Amino acid sequence: MFDLKGYEASLLEGAWMTLQVSLLSVVLAMVLGMIGAVSKLSRYRMAKRLATLYTTVVRGIPDLILMMLLFFGGQVFVNFLCTQINEHLNDWVLQGNAQHEWTAYVPEYVDISPFIAGVLTIGFIFGAYMTETFRGAILAVDRGQLEAAAAYGMTPWQVFRRVLFPQMVRHALPGFGNNWLVLLKTTALVSVIGLDDMVRKAGLAAGTTQLPFTFYMAVALIFLVFTAFSTTLLKWAERHYSIQTR
Amino acid sequence: MFDFSIILQEWPTYLQGLGNTVWLVAVSLILGLSIAIPLGICRNSTNPLLRLPAWAYIYFFRGTPMLVQLFIIYYGAGQWDGLRNSWAWEWFQEAWFCALLSFTLNTAAYTAEIVRGAIRTIPKGEIEAAQAFGMTPWQTMTCILLPSALRRALPAYSNEVIFMLHGSAVAGIITIVDLTGAARIINARYYSPFEAFLTAGVLYMVLSLCIVWVFRRLEQRWHVHLRPRSV
Repeated sequence: MFDLKGYEASLLEGAWMTLQVSLLSVVLAMVLGMIGAVSKLSRYRMAKRLATLYTTVVRGIPDLILMMLLFFGGQVFVNFLCTQINEHLNDWVLQGNAQHEWTAYVPEYVDISPFIAGVLTIGFIFGAYMTETFRGAILAVDRGQLEAAAAYGMTPWQVFRRVLFPQMVRHALPGFGNNWLVLLKTTALVSVIGLDDMVRKAGLAAGTTQLPFTFYMAVALIFLVFTAFSTTLLKWAERHYSIQTR
Repeated sequence: MFDFSIILQEWPTYLQGLGNTVWLVAVSLILGLSIAIPLGICRNSTNPLLRLPAWAYIYFFRGTPMLVQLFIIYYGAGQWDGLRNSWAWEWFQEAWFCALLSFTLNTAAYTAEIVRGAIRTIPKGEIEAAQAFGMTPWQTMTCILLPSALRRALPAYSNEVIFMLHGSAVAGIITIVDLTGAARIINARYYSPFEAFLTAGVLYMVLSLCIVWVFRRLEQRWHVHLRPRSV
């Protein structure tokens, strides 16, 4: 059943692409999640509101819709912006120099790559989920310890680095693990906006060999390997960070 | 840059999409739940012949993307000559049937895991009390275990319902005119991605908020016994 007719390498290439998208977007998601969590817990009402708006909107809209909005919409928006910039710059130069010929200062047409659009959207979406995870984790750290650290004269960065972060990780790991597993599966959607990931490679191979079941099943199994590997790694990390509480 | 008059003009397409999304999600949730309860019980069973198949099923469907599951059923079915020559082929040719099947199988796996967790966390005393009253295992299951477990599973299940709604967006990829499909049609017709996808996004959001509201009402009704006692 699993005779892949020489498409093994192509499928593995796709799997590597899937992995790249997942890893880059999880980094972005963590950065956004940390910013979101800190804003949600901050004293500034504006930051709080913005973060709440972010998490509510993202968690209310399907990832596929957000991805298409960002990919197709981003394309239109960037091109609109480029045209505007060109027009304004040319007008401005023309005022100083009447002999000026129209030139394109920024490219007239920019192609957004599906890779970048995919990483940005998935990172943006999971940033919202990470915000909730990190917020809970920060709240789970004893306030008194932070106050004690501040009383010792530590700078905010030192408090974060030495007291908050090591304890936060412990509480954030289970939620982070769940988010990562969902994120990994979400990356399958980037094939819809044309990225050559494993799902698309499988589709192309299925088209020429007329064996769609075999190829999509192979993709499913590769995903299972990824998730099984992640779960093992996450379990190890959870054990590692919980040693001190035992 | 924005022209929302397109949407006013094309609202019948969105209405059709909304209808298709709602019935696809609702039917697959009901079917999925009816598979999930026995599956969750099997997963908790001490008999490995029941437990291991249930474990494998849940593991496969929770570990792979729904898009891939949908493709395996929608595109993959044609690879089997036995299926092509049978009466079932008529069904497998229909995109909506494949979507319904894959959504049902998917949500059954996730819900079974929720049911399993809820059954596992049941206080031992409740089961022992039921046995002490002379209840049969079947009576214990239907009168004591499930009513209590399903109630406690409610918050987790509301999350699953929302995930299912969001996951159902992939139906738009296999030619079904659900909300995503409608947005894709409008985008292709007018090349106006913002208007098309924002409208779909807002409609999905409204649906999500409705689900949250319904579950909040259900929780108020069924979690009365869990609320902190006020003096």
